[in-house]
Amino acid sequence: MDAVLEIAGLRKTYRGRKGVRRALDGFDMVVEAGQVHGFLGPNGSGKTTTLRTLLGLIRANGGQMALFGRPVPQHLPEVAGQVGAIVESPQFFGNFSAYDTLTLLADAGGLRRERVIAVLELVGLRDRARERVRTYSLGMKQRLAVASALLKEPRLLILDEPANGLDPGGIREMRTLMRNLAESGMTVLLSSHILAEIQLICDQVTIISAGRRVASGSVADVLAQHASSAVKVRLEPGVDLIGAAAILRAKGADVTLEQDHFVVGNAGNPAQITRILAEKQIYVSELSPIAADLESVFLEVTGTAPVEGQNRQVDQTAMAPAQGGWGQ
Amino acid sequence: MSLYRAESRRLVKRRFTKLFVLCGLLVLAAVAAGVFLSNQKAGPDAIARATAEAQANYQQAVQETNRVIQQCQAAQGTPQASAFPPNCEITQPAQSDFDPRWYMPATFDFRGDFGDMITTFAAVLALVAYIIGASFVGAEWSSGGMMNLLLWRPRRLQVLGTKLAVLLTGTTVLTVLLAAVWTAGFYLIAMARGTTAGMTSGAWQSTALMEVRALVLVLVAGALGFGLASIGRHTATALGVAIGVIVVLQFGVAAVLGMANVKFPELYLAPFWVIAWLNKEYVAQDYNTCNFSPNGGCLPETLTITWQMAGGAMVLLFVLVVGGAMWTMRKRDIT
Repeated sequence: MDAVLEIAGLRKTYRGRKGVRRALDGFDMVVEAGQVHGFLGPNGSGKTTTLRTLLGLIRANGGQMALFGRPVPQHLPEVAGQVGAIVESPQFFGNFSAYDTLTLLADAGGLRRERVIAVLELVGLRDRARERVRTYSLGMKQRLAVASALLKEPRLLILDEPANGLDPGGIREMRTLMRNLAESGMTVLLSSHILAEIQLICDQVTIISAGRRVASGSVADVLAQHASSAVKVRLEPGVDLIGAAAILRAKGADVTLEQDHFVVGNAGNPAQITRILAEKQIYVSELSPIAADLESVFLEVTGTAPVEGQNRQVDQTAMAPAQGGWGQ
Repeated sequence: MSLYRAESRRLVKRRFTKLFVLCGLLVLAAVAAGVFLSNQKAGPDAIARATAEAQANYQQAVQETNRVIQQCQAAQGTPQASAFPPNCEITQPAQSDFDPRWYMPATFDFRGDFGDMITTFAAVLALVAYIIGASFVGAEWSSGGMMNLLLWRPRRLQVLGTKLAVLLTGTTVLTVLLAAVWTAGFYLIAMARGTTAGMTSGAWQSTALMEVRALVLVLVAGALGFGLASIGRHTATALGVAIGVIVVLQFGVAAVLGMANVKFPELYLAPFWVIAWLNKEYVAQDYNTCNFSPNGGCLPETLTITWQMAGGAMVLLFVLVVGGAMWTMRKRDIT
């Protein structure tokens, strides 16, 4: 498949009175044509900086970027017509209506006005299109932002937190819309914090932390790379849970006690658990693998899992070491 | 061209534009109405009354002078003689000192008075252009509209340049139309409440040139508002600079220069440069100096601000501010 978007070694540094901050530190990303590509990262990890840099709003300090094979920002004016984007929160001039806002953009882009009606219908704003944007809720502004991104019928759609402020019905509509767009051949780059949503609709993901790529690939691959060898063990009622855990620990198992079960973290061969316990006349009633989900992978690779008794600060991550094709 | 059309539509569609154009029109209408109501046509009756009043005042002044001369002559040889000039040399008032025109009711002389009206017109429209220019780009920056536009048209200088071109074109159209109405309106006022005498082709040419200079002033004001708001990325920046310039630089500087007895303080105050631009020159006088003249006695030292000097200053300001706006547009990140 052709790469629609390629980023290699992207660097962006902010200099302030408090010193130098590296927002992007050699970030890489590739988005193939026709994908719905999830772009994940904790707050302040560099997601929006990446998108702004890609779209020519921020000047990079180093690295290469290309859209549809053309280097940007040098050739951005030539490819901008094929890229629809919303970056961060939707921002519009409040005193114009949605219709005015979109027709002004359509005029600026040399598009037909009929297209405005079509996208307003698509995002569900048809009946409220003549009202001033300042009267809109956040969810309605979000819909308008998506409409503005879709207006030019882009080949690449970049959406930064498109589900922000949407009601559950709206989130589902947005999910369906993105799937339909991808099926029609459009490539969608989706930045979101709703990991379950990403897991549901994305073909590929890139995870960024502290300005660097820490994971990428298909959702299944990323989950597989972080598949846990942990198993949940439940015993017959009345059996001494603590005693059983002690027996396993004596054999080298990493056991974590829970309310009515325990978890063995390094269960490379779960059959060992049943054999060791059965030798002591202790029988297992449940032995199930603990599956990794995108949220746990995200928290692991970005080092942002909450720690009891600590208040994690923005920018504070425990960077995971590079694995496989990860990071640099 | 599509961007130009879209931005023209945006400028006209903005409520802020409509509101401030309306405010400007109301102020201009109030000025015109005030001039109309406070002037009268000088007919034969008014001229006869003014001539009679001037003659009466002249006669009264002659009688008073004669009375003083008689008192003087009577006082000769007495201690009171020192209260009068030597040899009672007291000049009789001249008939020309009592010009009947001074006794006429206010009348609008188009040739003599319309220049002040052009200055008023330019000042009001310059203020309107400054505010609209600032808001046109400032609101785009603060609302995020500029970022949206740049996602569609990533050529930053082209976008800002097109917006400025739209603003200046719109301002030109508005100013030219209003100037035509303003001129025609005051010509009618002069016909009804004054005189249009002396409006030769040369006088009309001079009026037209002054209106062209007024147009340039309005355009520069609009561009300055636009440029400052773009540099600060907010309408408030341009308005803040304007208030700062008025309060700190004009009132503050005027007070400091006055206390320091600086020669020609007008040189440092913007309004006098504006007057010089519109009236072709402004002559500042230093009343603390005395250049003796055999005819006029003590004449103050003068300094003339010419329209060329004022024009040069406007060009410099325009280049600095608009150039600064373009430079920051090109260089700064858009966050």
